[in-house]
Amino acid sequence: MRKLLLGSVAAGLMLVAGLAQAQETKTIAVSIPAADHGWTGGVVYHAQEQAKRLEQRYPGLKVIVKTSPDGASQANALQDLTTQGIDALVTLPHNSDELTDPIRQVKEKGVFITVVDRALTDNSVADLYVAGNNPALGRVAGEYIKEKLNGKGNVVVIRGLPIVIDEERNKGFDEGIAGSEIKVLDRQFGNWSRDDAFKVMQDYLAKFPQIDAVWTQDDDMAVGVLEAISQAKREDIQFVIAGAGMKDMIKKVMDGDKMIPVDILYPPAMVAVAMDLTAAGLYDHLPVRGNYILDATLVTKENAKDFYYPDSPF
Amino acid sequence: MTDTTATKSAARRSLGDIDLRAVAPFVALAFLLVLGALVNPNFLGVDNLLNVLTRSAFIAIIAVGATFVISAGGLDLSVGAMSAFVAGVMILFMNTGVIGGDIAMLAVAMLLAVGVGALCGLANGAITTVGRIEPFIVTLGTMGIFRALTIYLAEGGSIAMKAPDLRAAYRPIYFGSVFGVPIPILVILAVALIGAFLLYRTAFGRHVIAVGSNEDVARYSGIPVNRVRTLTYVIQGVCVAIAVLVYVPRLGAATPTTGLLWELQAITAVVIGGTALKGGVGRIWGTICGALILEVVGNIMVLSNFVSEYLIGAVQGAIIIIAMLVQRSLVRKR
Repeated sequence: MRKLLLGSVAAGLMLVAGLAQAQETKTIAVSIPAADHGWTGGVVYHAQEQAKRLEQRYPGLKVIVKTSPDGASQANALQDLTTQGIDALVTLPHNSDELTDPIRQVKEKGVFITVVDRALTDNSVADLYVAGNNPALGRVAGEYIKEKLNGKGNVVVIRGLPIVIDEERNKGFDEGIAGSEIKVLDRQFGNWSRDDAFKVMQDYLAKFPQIDAVWTQDDDMAVGVLEAISQAKREDIQFVIAGAGMKDMIKKVMDGDKMIPVDILYPPAMVAVAMDLTAAGLYDHLPVRGNYILDATLVTKENAKDFYYPDSPF
Repeated sequence: MTDTTATKSAARRSLGDIDLRAVAPFVALAFLLVLGALVNPNFLGVDNLLNVLTRSAFIAIIAVGATFVISAGGLDLSVGAMSAFVAGVMILFMNTGVIGGDIAMLAVAMLLAVGVGALCGLANGAITTVGRIEPFIVTLGTMGIFRALTIYLAEGGSIAMKAPDLRAAYRPIYFGSVFGVPIPILVILAVALIGAFLLYRTAFGRHVIAVGSNEDVARYSGIPVNRVRTLTYVIQGVCVAIAVLVYVPRLGAATPTTGLLWELQAITAVVIGGTALKGGVGRIWGTICGALILEVVGNIMVLSNFVSEYLIGAVQGAIIIIAMLVQRSLVRKR
């Protein structure tokens, strides 16, 4: 009898809980580029990890993570996700021009829109915008190099691809070294690829007899640069400044590697921040609308452990 | 005006009858070397030239395989993705550490890589010939498959060699040298010599050219067309694997950008070298020269001071076209 009573009470409680949960059943869709290079690989990893954590934290929440290889298929994926009935969309668009309208259509269905990293051409579409700080990524690198070289020296720059992000970083870098006698010997594109950066660095080493520092803005490219320098056995290069927050480079900073004294953060984990804020907005009714710009934090030996994700693929 | 290497006897091709088209790529390369020297005196430095030669190894080796495929009338667009895939499999195998002893491990890993490359090539060849599908479509498909498999194996990141000792033991294959000649250059020479022997001095080589010139005639002549075609893809796969053997020790990792657009570079090298894209003509040494030209053009661009970094692609394209025009004008003069 007592057992039965307890049982029915338990069942009742479960029913109530179930009802409460049913009321709070919500779906967040996450649409991001497929892992086509190291950084987007990190984005995918952090999105999936955060999806698991959020589903634990908010019972009833469903998080769908969908990756797309290009802009057109991302537009299709957005439609498919919307027809499933979603409450919020967190998206890192392949490119702004192509995806602004598809995202606007999602918004018209009453969905909360969070845009990550690449801003849309129409700022009114995004309810929340989470991004790293590209100009600051360049500026922090420039300022660090200026300080370390005491305002005087020869620097070579390896750029990424000719897109807005790269342009902003380079402008920031120029601001960072402004007013010093730092001379930028050359700027060439390394296409955010280790192999291309290796080639460009080999050619720089053949072209310039004396180089004090290298700025590559990207950790993947730094791998190729370091290999080219060690092959040439050149002693004049004091250090290489990269950025993003790849675990191998953060590890080097942590271990006090002389060639990689610091790293500058442009973390793929920003997608997780965006998901977290979006969920907080949905469930805790916190005011999260607006712009959330992450710092281009200078990762030094002291704070490196805070940014080290040994399990991440990036 | 197709070159009828298949029917001409080898003896008639020697002396006095040297085909200007075979020499033309080398003239173009010489022209580029002069240009490079004018652009920057450092260009002719031994270090720089050795760097460039060494770097051209991947494309040169892959392009030797592509010479077989293309002269047999086929096409392989999957070589770049295949390189990444083979490199990924090889590194993952080395990371398992199942075999003790660095040298033994490396030897087995290299054999594995060559095996995987050959199998990938066999898949391309078999689907093309048995399935009777255009090689363009088949290899476009396998390109996507190999690329996706690599990204899957890498879980979206990169696949890096974990054991530092093994990495140190393997490193000399790219960075080491024998009597001052970097090992990758020796590998290019070895692959080209074997390729040239196969193409010019064996029955199989003559079959390749015959199949590329005219498939029906080849079939009526009793040449096993499908087998020859398939074998050219297997050779391509093995060449890709050999290129990977040299590639992996350089940066010790396969990344999503590994091998990106290598297929186009390999095809360009083959065509610059004088092999006809429609098949029936194959020039191994021209192909090697084509690969060098591509790498030299890139090198000159970085060493020069007067080309804006935004315009490099345009200038590179123009130089390649001019080099081809120089070749053509040489042929016409004849």
